[in-house]
Amino acid sequence: MLSKITNRISTVIKNDIYITRLIALMLIWLVFMGFFRFEKFYTVINFQTMAAQFPEFGLMAFGIMLCMILGGIDLSVVGVANFAAIVGAITLKKIVGVDGEMLGIAIPIVFIVGIIIGAMAGAVNGFLISIINIPPILATLGTFELFTGIAIVLTKGKAISGIPFGFSEAITGRLFGLIPIQLLIFLAMALVITFLVTKTTYGKKLYLTGTNITAAKFSGVKTTKIIIKTYMISGISASLGGLIMLANYNSARAGYGTVYTLQCVLIVVLGGINPSGGKGKISGVILAIFVLQMLASGLNKIPEISSFYIPLIWGGVLVAVMVMNYFTENKKIKL
Amino acid sequence: MSIRLKKLLRHNEFYIFVVILLLSFLIQSRSGQFYTPNNIVDIIAALIVPGLFAIGAFMVIVSGGIDISFPALASLSIYTTTRILVDIDYQGGILLPLVLTIIFGAVLGAVNGFLISRFKLQPLIVTLGVASMFRGFMQGVLKSVQIAVIPKGMSEFGTSSLFVAKNMETGLTSRMPTAIIILIITLVVVYFILNHTMYGRGLYAIGGNEISAERAGFNVKRIKFFLYVMVGIISSLAGLIRVSMMTQCHPTNMLGMEMMIIAGVVLGGVAITGGAGTLKGCMLGTILIIIVQNSLILMGIPTFWQGFFLGMLIIVGTGVSALQVKRLNSPKKGKGGDKYA
Repeated sequence: MLSKITNRISTVIKNDIYITRLIALMLIWLVFMGFFRFEKFYTVINFQTMAAQFPEFGLMAFGIMLCMILGGIDLSVVGVANFAAIVGAITLKKIVGVDGEMLGIAIPIVFIVGIIIGAMAGAVNGFLISIINIPPILATLGTFELFTGIAIVLTKGKAISGIPFGFSEAITGRLFGLIPIQLLIFLAMALVITFLVTKTTYGKKLYLTGTNITAAKFSGVKTTKIIIKTYMISGISASLGGLIMLANYNSARAGYGTVYTLQCVLIVVLGGINPSGGKGKISGVILAIFVLQMLASGLNKIPEISSFYIPLIWGGVLVAVMVMNYFTENKKIKL
Repeated sequence: MSIRLKKLLRHNEFYIFVVILLLSFLIQSRSGQFYTPNNIVDIIAALIVPGLFAIGAFMVIVSGGIDISFPALASLSIYTTTRILVDIDYQGGILLPLVLTIIFGAVLGAVNGFLISRFKLQPLIVTLGVASMFRGFMQGVLKSVQIAVIPKGMSEFGTSSLFVAKNMETGLTSRMPTAIIILIITLVVVYFILNHTMYGRGLYAIGGNEISAERAGFNVKRIKFFLYVMVGIISSLAGLIRVSMMTQCHPTNMLGMEMMIIAGVVLGGVAITGGAGTLKGCMLGTILIIIVQNSLILMGIPTFWQGFFLGMLIIVGTGVSALQVKRLNSPKKGKGGDKYA
């Protein structure tokens, strides 16, 4: 019995080094926090706070993940998120009166508007990459500037505040007083993306295009369509992240969340997605999101480490993971 | 059409030059302020720091990589230099700061170079991580704060000028900073390296096809390593000039410049996939970006449109060159395609 279990575990370890590594990292960190900051870390409120925080960037990371599986990258996610949040905020202010009437209709409308913005932004990215043939890095860098630019023009560079409280209350509320609504939105999107990638032909085509776009073309995959679709999903995911940001801060500004680009790339690489495309699993990315949030929240509980160290730690972890990946991949080739 | 003219029309540099001319005429007609001695000098002075950054970014892009860590690298390098010099109460000239920034730049650049050449990692992601590390190191470990008073040697260098241009009508004057000499020297040196040395050929060869370059006998690892060291030095120099010209050291002031710089380089017709592009184009693209930034005010457009225009410029500029590549590579139009593809 015991040998069976260890056997099972060893096959898992052999099959997916990335996920094993993440679980190990998470366990080590949990034990570490248990020893040094038990009363502060292991509380319901802390876990609820964490669950309310990671959906923002987790949703953006999903977008980058899909594009990276495709062999590209989407650096515009933060721009799309802010753009959607600002348009959402403007819509909300237009519909809802001062006394908070019409809120029931306003929230779905805001989400629909946000998703349409995300889809359109993604379609622009996809068009530039697949039809005009601009390399993904540049196209999405350009659209990042463009969407942020439009967002700045819409707000004249200022933050939009004075948003009706109802929206923020509804999204940052907790189901049964326990589960944050943001988490539910995140999980819903995670399910949709998992379904798309693992159960549909779209998923198969996505991996094939990411592995070898020429081969995919010659096997009859309409690569242009796949690329546009993928960037659209990325845009939608990012716009949902933006709407959650809007609810969390109860304001919108073009400059919010600029650190998320790096953080999302870190998550995706940590989760075992190969930047050259065609490889990686969603479960790894979801796990990486959890790990990163736990690291960030845990570090917050240690006042000796100033928050200025966080970029150093993120960057260091990213580079270390890339170097580790180099060694694991090379071992595979030698075998 | 003569071959010469045909060749000219093929180059992106030509179009970017035309765009710059048209834009300048437009600004001139709207404001009457473009073709004035002081505005021209202002634009050249504003070009020094982005120009140096662009030279570094250009070299990396030619090699098929991309570097987005140079503003962070320059910030860390110049902050460390200024901190040390202020702490020892340095009173001398510009020479020691220059040497120190070059050393720090080389060391920090070597970090990028080592990671990218030794482990064959993706430059975009490595430099993203390294940029974050540099920033964290500066703000966390060094606890960076704004240094309001920099060593006298540096501020004297930054505020000294070669000559002063005066607008006869308005009486406005602009100084041509001495630091322009560093930009010119760097341009000459890099031009020589790229066009007249084996190392330069190697850089283009790696950008074209890394495996072929290795087979042809280039030491790819060494070329890449020294490339990032060089870029570190050039970026550091840009940081030194920026701090000297502002006469104070603001640690996070340069962060976020990378997008604009890369946009300029790519606008100048440098292929983002590597292997093609000229220093001339790189500088023209950067000048275009500087003009757009400096002249929105002259045209009476609120500055918050800047991001929008920058984004459009990147997309249109890269789009045009991407379409050109596509047309050259498509088998149907064989006429010119065969020759140049």
